[in-house]
Amino acid sequence: MTTAEILEREQLISGSEAIAVACSLADVDVITAYPIRPYDTVMQFVSKLVADGELDCEFIVAESEHSQFEIVKHASSVGARVFCGSSGVGWFYAFEAITVTAGLRLPVVAMVGNRALDDPGAFGVEHNDALAVRDLGWMLNWVSTAQEALDTALMAWRIAEDPRVFLPCAISADGSFLTHSQVLVKVPDRSLVQKFLPPYNRGNLVLHPDNPITIAPQVNEDWLMEIRKQTDEAMRRAKGVIEEVYQEFKGVFGRGSPSPFYEEYMTEDAEIVFVGMGTLSMPVRVAVRRMREQGVKVGFVRIKWFRPFATQEIREMLSRFKGIGVIDRDYSYGSPSYGGVLFNELRSVLYPLAKRPLVLSFIAGLGGREIRAQNVFEMTDIVRKALETGKVEQENYWIGVRG
Amino acid sequence: MATTVDLPQVKGVKNIPIEEMFTSGHRTCQGCESALVMRLMIKAAGDRTIVVGSTGCMYVANTTYYTTPWVVPWMHTQLGSSGSAATGTAAGLKALMRKGKIKEEPINVIAFCGDGGGADMGLSAISASLTHPEYNHLVLLYDNESYANTDIQVSGMSPWGANSTFSPPGKARRIMNTRWKKNMVGMLAAGHPECRYLATACASYGLDMTNKVRRALTIGGPTFIHSIDPCPKGWDYDPKFSHELGMLAIETGLWVLYEIIDGELILNGPSRAIAKGMKRRKPVEEYLTRQGRFAHFTPEDTKYVQGKVDQMWERWWGPGVIPVNIKES
Repeated sequence: MTTAEILEREQLISGSEAIAVACSLADVDVITAYPIRPYDTVMQFVSKLVADGELDCEFIVAESEHSQFEIVKHASSVGARVFCGSSGVGWFYAFEAITVTAGLRLPVVAMVGNRALDDPGAFGVEHNDALAVRDLGWMLNWVSTAQEALDTALMAWRIAEDPRVFLPCAISADGSFLTHSQVLVKVPDRSLVQKFLPPYNRGNLVLHPDNPITIAPQVNEDWLMEIRKQTDEAMRRAKGVIEEVYQEFKGVFGRGSPSPFYEEYMTEDAEIVFVGMGTLSMPVRVAVRRMREQGVKVGFVRIKWFRPFATQEIREMLSRFKGIGVIDRDYSYGSPSYGGVLFNELRSVLYPLAKRPLVLSFIAGLGGREIRAQNVFEMTDIVRKALETGKVEQENYWIGVRG
Repeated sequence: MATTVDLPQVKGVKNIPIEEMFTSGHRTCQGCESALVMRLMIKAAGDRTIVVGSTGCMYVANTTYYTTPWVVPWMHTQLGSSGSAATGTAAGLKALMRKGKIKEEPINVIAFCGDGGGADMGLSAISASLTHPEYNHLVLLYDNESYANTDIQVSGMSPWGANSTFSPPGKARRIMNTRWKKNMVGMLAAGHPECRYLATACASYGLDMTNKVRRALTIGGPTFIHSIDPCPKGWDYDPKFSHELGMLAIETGLWVLYEIIDGELILNGPSRAIAKGMKRRKPVEEYLTRQGRFAHFTPEDTKYVQGKVDQMWERWWGPGVIPVNIKES
């Protein structure tokens, strides 16, 4: 047994609780809460940890999501490690604060418990809430298990607080499927986390009377482009930092998949692969397994980091396949080909290839609707047909919709 | 931050600190009283202070890259975020000090906002910030009675009838802004029983303002100050009369100078003299006719405003404090 294995303990916890436990292990200084389902479960666990003395932080219940994100933004500026989060329209209520957090290069770590955007009211998962930050300078990833949620949270502070990066990071966890389901999670020992995660040091950018700087003065056209370019460079550097941190995580805790950016399932010799994010991996993998039993050469790829997007790696990996079905748990009304957000990103990634796979867009599982094996079989037939004819008659399909 | 910075009350205007911490580099208009509020505020607070400024004149005109006038650490916050910025800054410092991550020492936290950012958009965040007795900070609202930075648009704090780019007098409607100014300190005092210090202020009374900032920063917990700031551009008058207009606002009774310390109301300066009958309230006409924003007023309009001000002094609980009187049963 490795030291990590000797020291870790197994706990039956949900995805939300796993992130709350990560807050305790990471010794977070300021946490702000505001209730909205389903992310708010993380704050229920956080408040209990605070009440029981397992987490020493300023725990502030704000009066709105906007204030929730503003409070941690300012706490981060004076050098505090912070955490907050939201879901659905709550995330949108905070959007002004979310936007400036990236502009200010503050390493706020947030959890998005993915939820459909009202109206009409719906609690179930959709990815449009978190995806809204894709252009703003937030790092953004999707986790699919409670273990991955805990591990990714620990890495998120490390990556965000790296002075080469100093960007906020959102951890997306599918509402209900991940936020509320319990599994056995390996919880590492605090001493190992301390070894892995150094204290947040804002350096000469910290706001303190001993360092009387001015943060975010008016710059207008004189300087804005240079500042935007700096953020762009930080996001480019973030990709390398993510790789470094995953390697180190593996070294300390003995866990991790071959690539930080994506995860392949039964892709060896596959002709068709489905690509998606979050917990839809579960039913898709079940369907893939069943089709494999019948000799269908099909596989699945789960994208883990959406920002930064690992363009080169994902392009090379996907170039091995003939047909790709992108399953989006989101929509982008009026987008190119009326496709999902991930679909259009991937199609753009594949464009420079001399020999491009066929790419089809599937919209499925909106509002938390279950994606069933039958749906995956249906999608497979559509991709197969396109491969047989060599033609894409229709680029986008809504799967599992009545009427 | 268990303790606060040692800031004794200043006795006499000659003893106001000489050090300037809001210096050259800002680009506010000639005669800008809000700029004077900033200068007095930070003179009173001293250099162990973090200032957070929400969007508004005192951000856009004040804090240009490479020419910041702030000697103390300063950070921008969003239009409606002064309350959250104060809470976040104070909470961050408190956590880091309690956990031994930075040196334990008293540091002043001040967040300022304009009337639009504070009394309109930022009201809920300011209210929330005043419910946290564990954090020491001051929210200072500088009130020039319009969204002055974006071209003088009416705010919830603009006076009744004032001409603004969103409330111009026209042929069909002479009075476009039919709303009465919000009453921030009274509202916040009534709604936040744990808040130990709230005050109104005016830069025409510099010593009073200095001492109010010091009281707010030393009493402990979250505090609030609301200053009335004559604005030559928005109010339309010759910049040399800023100081005089501030005095007139108080002498006519439109603005009442007071502070509430641990639930006790104390009237200050001319407002105190008026309340005690030692001084007569001047007619509001003297104030209104000095400003272009009221140039379209008819005698009836002036009479209406006078009537409302009389009500503030004669019928409210405390002059201009709470628009409620106790009915004898």
